[in-house]
Amino acid sequence: MATVPLDQAKVDRCRELAASVASDVQSFIDKHTTVGVERTILRALGVDGVDGEGVSVVNRVIDRLHGAKVLGRGACTFIASELRAGAESVQDAAERIAFGDDVDLNPGISKDETEAILAPHVNAALLRIDTARDERSAFRASFPPSPEPHRYVIVATGNIHDDALQAKAAAKAGADVVAVIRATAQSLLDFVPHGATTEGYGGTFATQENFKIIRAATNNASTLYGHYVQQTNYSSGLCMAEIAWMAAVERLDMLLNDAMYGILFRDINMCRTFVDQYVSRRFIARAGIVINTGEDNYLTTADAVEKAHTVLASQFVNEAFAKRAGLKDEQLGLGHAYEIDPGIENSFLLELAQAQLIRQVFPVHPIKWMPPTKFKTGDIFQAHVHDAMFSLVGIATKQSIQLLGMFSEAVHNPMLADRYLSLKATRYVHNTANALGDEIEFKADGIVANRARQVLDEALAMLEEVARDGLWDAIGRGAFGDIKRTRTGGKGYAGVVERSNDYVNPILAALEAWS
Amino acid sequence: MSELPNRPIKAYGDREGDGMVQLSFVLRIPPSVRAREAAKRFAESHGLDEPLVTTMEEAAEGFSYFVVYGHSKHTVNPGEIEVPEVKTSVMGRDVIEKRIKLLDRKLVVVGACTGSDAHTVGIDAILNYKGISGDKGLESYKGFEAYNLGAQVENDFLIERARAIGADAILVSQVITQRNCHKENGEALIEMLKAQGLREKFICLFGGPRVDHALGLELGFDAGFGPGTKPSDVASYLVDRLCPAYDDEAPH
Repeated sequence: MATVPLDQAKVDRCRELAASVASDVQSFIDKHTTVGVERTILRALGVDGVDGEGVSVVNRVIDRLHGAKVLGRGACTFIASELRAGAESVQDAAERIAFGDDVDLNPGISKDETEAILAPHVNAALLRIDTARDERSAFRASFPPSPEPHRYVIVATGNIHDDALQAKAAAKAGADVVAVIRATAQSLLDFVPHGATTEGYGGTFATQENFKIIRAATNNASTLYGHYVQQTNYSSGLCMAEIAWMAAVERLDMLLNDAMYGILFRDINMCRTFVDQYVSRRFIARAGIVINTGEDNYLTTADAVEKAHTVLASQFVNEAFAKRAGLKDEQLGLGHAYEIDPGIENSFLLELAQAQLIRQVFPVHPIKWMPPTKFKTGDIFQAHVHDAMFSLVGIATKQSIQLLGMFSEAVHNPMLADRYLSLKATRYVHNTANALGDEIEFKADGIVANRARQVLDEALAMLEEVARDGLWDAIGRGAFGDIKRTRTGGKGYAGVVERSNDYVNPILAALEAWS
Repeated sequence: MSELPNRPIKAYGDREGDGMVQLSFVLRIPPSVRAREAAKRFAESHGLDEPLVTTMEEAAEGFSYFVVYGHSKHTVNPGEIEVPEVKTSVMGRDVIEKRIKLLDRKLVVVGACTGSDAHTVGIDAILNYKGISGDKGLESYKGFEAYNLGAQVENDFLIERARAIGADAILVSQVITQRNCHKENGEALIEMLKAQGLREKFICLFGGPRVDHALGLELGFDAGFGPGTKPSDVASYLVDRLCPAYDDEAPH
């Protein structure tokens, strides 16, 4: 099999450095919670519904507690206190906190008492996640496994019912994974919209009901076409943890989920993101969902030749964070992309080097291979060839998940025919070059081998710097994606809360104790 | 460059006047002899003579994908149409720097993707040092002070920043165009500036893959810049509007 030279000592050193970077941040995470985390815990306990103005009950509860500056004790404290005071159910307790006149916002209740009162509800919450996971696994196991790379396509109509139709069409044309792309503004909403949605710009809102609709459509398509169709969505933005929980109970297979993406590309505050990503990943770990990280995005803002090493360095960091949240290697779809300027001579070889290097550094991880976007111009004929070269690298280097390139990338959200043609072309390339990676060898001192060495060396040097300065400062000087962010800047900082001494969160504790 | 023809011309396949075009589309019927005939009629109704259906495949259950070639009878006379174009000729880096120097201060530019748009590729290409295709961004010029506010910036925040830094120009990039939200976002900014009596304070430029100069003007901007725009195009336009002419470099 074709391999690039890989100095294992350097790879080990990269992991060591990434671990120290993540541990430093983890010590902050473990002392804080956020409004998003606490809403997630309420949802997990079974709090649901919206009020007369369409605002989710979980938002009303947390806004009230946060407004009273008592959220540092954890939402569970107050749910338990209301249950003790006679609330009939967790939902009733939540509604009392949200709307009641005589709520005790400084209850004399110990951590032990809270845990005891909530124990049956915590067990029910965990059972719900485990049941959903087992159902999904059993259904998936009833189909033959799809060959890798799994072909991943996006639908993005804005209307969930049209999305369902498009998802089925894509499944018939051979898609293994369907993502419903999210409305662009959703990442900055500090609430998750409720119910089925039929209007959205740039995509469709991620809601629990929408997840259900697509799951029904993809399961139906799996049965009809005889191959399992995976469903994915976005656990990112200010509600990344809530969406992770929704995905867990609605049986999604994958989630876009990244430790730093929101900080860099949505200007979400870093304290907020670090805490949220951790809790989201605790749910994801339990649900057996595969995450897709977003390093591919670095190459849309920074140069893909000069900054290739930042992708690898970030993958090590994402891996280290994920491990701290209990994810297994088999759940880490680390992202990277074919984004080098196609006008550069031998750029294909540089792409090959990077893809092969990442395959070898992360051998059991379901690596996510992303298509060219930045240099697509609207010349759909040229773009179709560009995508074919990308697919060739994907099959030759045995990528695990491949998001299919769309020749209409620079034109519009993909149409039915765009996806059909892309799937057809990808099937051709994957099939025609199926054993290519096993047949070729790279010259020991050739362009590919040297490039792989260079990228690993540069990633190592970068991680040495990040470990020396700490991740906060490294992001502050634009180490990732050429984008600079500050520790207290960005959106959502007001929703970060220091945990008090009697902070209690039995659901998170149970997730942390599980392995 | 060949001369602009002032007569009706047809699409060019491989000889003058053949009108050959290719067309691809999907119809919501399964492939069949009838579907093939339907595709042919569909092409004919688009003005294609002797359409040849070269591909008919089932793209999804109940959907057929077609490729059709045919002779278009339609013509266009390029000499008869009016197209607003940005008139500035592109200047070299030296000329741009020299002309800003005549102002005795830097040109301050602020840019953003407004509304829900999260795609900064365009604004980054114009403002950031790196630029695009070897044409460095405004940040790379000594004469420009460029602020890139990034994505999902609200119009009121953009205006506030523009005032605070004393911007000469506001650059708005819009990549997402679903249901014409790019037009709404752009128009809203101009309306907001007008309401605050600030429209004349700034040169307002509109850019994006679905933008052209005509659209920029229609929405109330000073100019619109479409796909393929380079930072030096924008720099030249701003210098031309804001800086005194340079003696031995009279604009042509």
